[in-house]
Amino acid sequence: MVLGLEVHCELKTATKLFCGCPNMFGDQPNTNVCPVCLGLPGSLPVINQKAVELAMAIGTALSCEIRPSTFHRKNYFYPDQAKDYQISQYDEPINANGHLDLPDGTRVGIERAHMEEDTGKTTHAGASGRIHGADYSLVDYNRSGVPLVEIVSAPDMRSAAQARVYVTELRAVLVAAGASDGKMEEGSLRVDANVSVRRSPDEPLGTRCEIKNLNSVRSLGRAVEYEADRQVVLLESGEGVVQQTRHWDEDAGRTVTLRSKEDAYDYRYFLEPDLVPLVPDAEWIRAVADTMGPMPSVRRARLVELLRDAGAVTEAQADQVATVVDLGLDDLVVAAVAGGVGSGLALARTANEAATDAASARRLDPEPYVALLTMEGNGTLTATQAKSVLAELLASGGGDPAAIAAAKGFEALSGDSLVASVAGVVAAHPDEWSRYCDGDDNDRKKLSGFFIGKVMHATEGKADGKAVAAELGRLLG
Amino acid sequence: MSSPRPSTFLANAVRSGARSALDVLDEHLAVIAAGDDQVNAFNLVTTEQARHQAIAVDRTVTAGEDPGPLAGVPVALKDNLCTRGVPTTCSSRILEGWCPPYDATVVARLRRAGAVMVGKTNMDEFAMGSSTETSAFGPTRNPHDTSRVPGGSSGGSAAAVAAGFAPLALGSDTGGSIRQPAALCGVVGMKPTYGTVSRYGLVAFASSLDQVGPLATTVADAALLFDVIGGHDPCDSTSLNRPAPRVVSVLDDGVAGLTIGVLSEFLDGADPDVVARTRQAAEACAAAGARVEEVSVPEVALGLSAYYLIAPGEASSNLARYDGVRYGLRVDAEDNVAMNTATRSAGFGAEVKRRIMLGTYVLSAGYMDAYYNQALRVRTKIIEGFAAAYQRCEVLLGPTAPTPAFPLGAKTGDPLTMYLSDVCTIPSNLAGHPAISVPYGAGEDGLPVGVQVLGPALSEGTILKVAAVVEATAPPLARPVLDGGGRP
Repeated sequence: MVLGLEVHCELKTATKLFCGCPNMFGDQPNTNVCPVCLGLPGSLPVINQKAVELAMAIGTALSCEIRPSTFHRKNYFYPDQAKDYQISQYDEPINANGHLDLPDGTRVGIERAHMEEDTGKTTHAGASGRIHGADYSLVDYNRSGVPLVEIVSAPDMRSAAQARVYVTELRAVLVAAGASDGKMEEGSLRVDANVSVRRSPDEPLGTRCEIKNLNSVRSLGRAVEYEADRQVVLLESGEGVVQQTRHWDEDAGRTVTLRSKEDAYDYRYFLEPDLVPLVPDAEWIRAVADTMGPMPSVRRARLVELLRDAGAVTEAQADQVATVVDLGLDDLVVAAVAGGVGSGLALARTANEAATDAASARRLDPEPYVALLTMEGNGTLTATQAKSVLAELLASGGGDPAAIAAAKGFEALSGDSLVASVAGVVAAHPDEWSRYCDGDDNDRKKLSGFFIGKVMHATEGKADGKAVAAELGRLLG
Repeated sequence: MSSPRPSTFLANAVRSGARSALDVLDEHLAVIAAGDDQVNAFNLVTTEQARHQAIAVDRTVTAGEDPGPLAGVPVALKDNLCTRGVPTTCSSRILEGWCPPYDATVVARLRRAGAVMVGKTNMDEFAMGSSTETSAFGPTRNPHDTSRVPGGSSGGSAAAVAAGFAPLALGSDTGGSIRQPAALCGVVGMKPTYGTVSRYGLVAFASSLDQVGPLATTVADAALLFDVIGGHDPCDSTSLNRPAPRVVSVLDDGVAGLTIGVLSEFLDGADPDVVARTRQAAEACAAAGARVEEVSVPEVALGLSAYYLIAPGEASSNLARYDGVRYGLRVDAEDNVAMNTATRSAGFGAEVKRRIMLGTYVLSAGYMDAYYNQALRVRTKIIEGFAAAYQRCEVLLGPTAPTPAFPLGAKTGDPLTMYLSDVCTIPSNLAGHPAISVPYGAGEDGLPVGVQVLGPALSEGTILKVAAVVEATAPPLARPVLDGGGRP
């Protein structure tokens, strides 16, 4: 299987690409419109500088050359297209020749990442849900003129799994670059896949089909699997693959023909006479790059480096690293480790607990967070107590962890009371204690859990589990 | 010797309170009422809105404030300029009944200058034509001889000024659509440098060639109107980022010391009396102190062919939006594609359809390089040819149109003959240069002849001062007289 993907990314600008209308998803139909995005006679486009900057940020994030560029008109009739042509970059895109490195080290080439305007949205009333055979159709032009960057990969992927990883990583990069909100369910990212198959990597590329309407990473995976299988069956039956544009039917779980190469549109591209060439100077390109934070791959590497300092990185920790970076919480981990907290603890609390309310965690001042984890790390608070204090910190947007702990009555149990509590529990359960003393490692592990639970109950969770286990060991002698 | 300034006098009279804007308007409305049934210059006379504007101007004067340089001056607008709440049709069935929700930038600037807009003028459909005969609402007639065409496509605006319906009018010029009708109607018309006047709100025909410009009875009035409408507009990306023009101040500087080239290619194929008038204008300039020589720019001969590939190519895309979905005409049919087809078949006239088909063809895969791209290369050659000529002289002089006004129907059967009417005006559009047509007496049949002054980009000041000398030395031209029509 050979795969190349075209990802349409809606840019996170306040206004549309060629007019001042709000770029807003989900508003009442046809409320965010003006003469320009409705394509009224006499109206003219004026480029949104912020959209250009976000396009350049994408180019920078994908290691592209950022070039002088032009806009063309792509001419075709469709009711959701206000002017019956789309303004798009054609042979001179703003970004070209970049790449994206996947977490497993695979490098996927980025042929181009060019700017264009989105179309309106059509709803067809009728059984088919498609324009053909519809009783009537409604058009919402709120999306008309929303800025897009289309990111075209090289045919460098070889499996559905790799395609999924590519889109997941690309999404993270686009969010990190500040260009996208990453909301695939709202259509902020839309994927078309070019799929072909061949017997071996030595053979030339096979005839490809383009699959449209892939609105989730899951659909993408299913669709390319289906399409590759379909092509293999065709080739094995001796029929051959016909170059086509195909539509993914999510419910039926298959791809169906939209149009074949013979009836492909002739878009009659020509230079858009209403716009002038875009020639960003080096200073502007540098200024955009300067506003960008590090990309996810760099941020993951930074966390892995911190973990390595404390030993080998487990698979579970690698997943935690991915989660923390994806949620934008890695700065908390870095701050905690810098403050002397163990990297394993810092990562675990962030990936497991802080991640449950990532929005609040992103707003959290690192200082109380670091103070809290320090208290847990040095045994002032138990894990259970620390988690409770963290929940309070997140809910109230900050605070003093020591004060919160005190208010909750979380004083760490003194050494003497711990010894007394353990002794009391042991005395109350003589049978379990004798089995503990005489049992093998397995029995001891189980019974250790039993005693810890009892001590926790008796102390209302103030005891530190590790300290209880140590005391049990001491009593055993 | 200075160019007469009737609009300035009129505006000054209103500004000083000597005349009321409403009286001025009513006089013009009376002339329109008496004469426009013979001329058909207007698609719509906006009596109501005009009265409101005139009253507002008079109130401003009463309040002791200045309504602006065009205070109370009636202006006619070509019907491809968007006017908020006032139908804008491009003389096409496909836009019948459509009211723009916004004003074109030039219209907004006229309002700010105190002008009173009297109506929307007839034109060739979507500005495609040279005689105003492709209008869906019937042809406009030449006030000098109502059996003849006024030229086009801004024929309604030129005829309105010639007939005294309004002292000023706006037109648009894509291949000569201001200058050629100005010449045929005996008025002044200027196409400014591409990018000096905003196109925002001008319904596009061929975006890289279209430019809005003034029509007036005198050179000074055209300059005044240009100063009001010109200047940078952030709503038009192709608008030049320069301060507003101020050409009125240089009008009377004369031509002493200038070198004027008589463009020989424009004389080839022109009627003998048109050639004679052009040479006479050149001699007058020489007598006024200019050095006059004959100059050849061979590339301009290629202009017509290049134009009829570039303009239809852009038009085929610009006119795609008239599909029945959002506004204007809709002819219902069983599905969307059939509705598009039925709407466009019923809504567009023959000339528009011809150019859409031509333009679609020249942009299509496999033909684009041989036609459209080749035409773009020719366009570059023409710019280079002009640049070489402007090494030798400051301005060029030639006829505006090869013939005076021709009879209605004389060329409608043969598009290629009609297209030749623009052979002398098209090169300036391809180059993006300014050019002005000035009346220069009449030909043998008593019909007006126009002489054209051309210059390099942003030379409006220079071509206007040459035009002022041409105007001052022009043989007299009888004013048109309509049945029952008086002039204000």
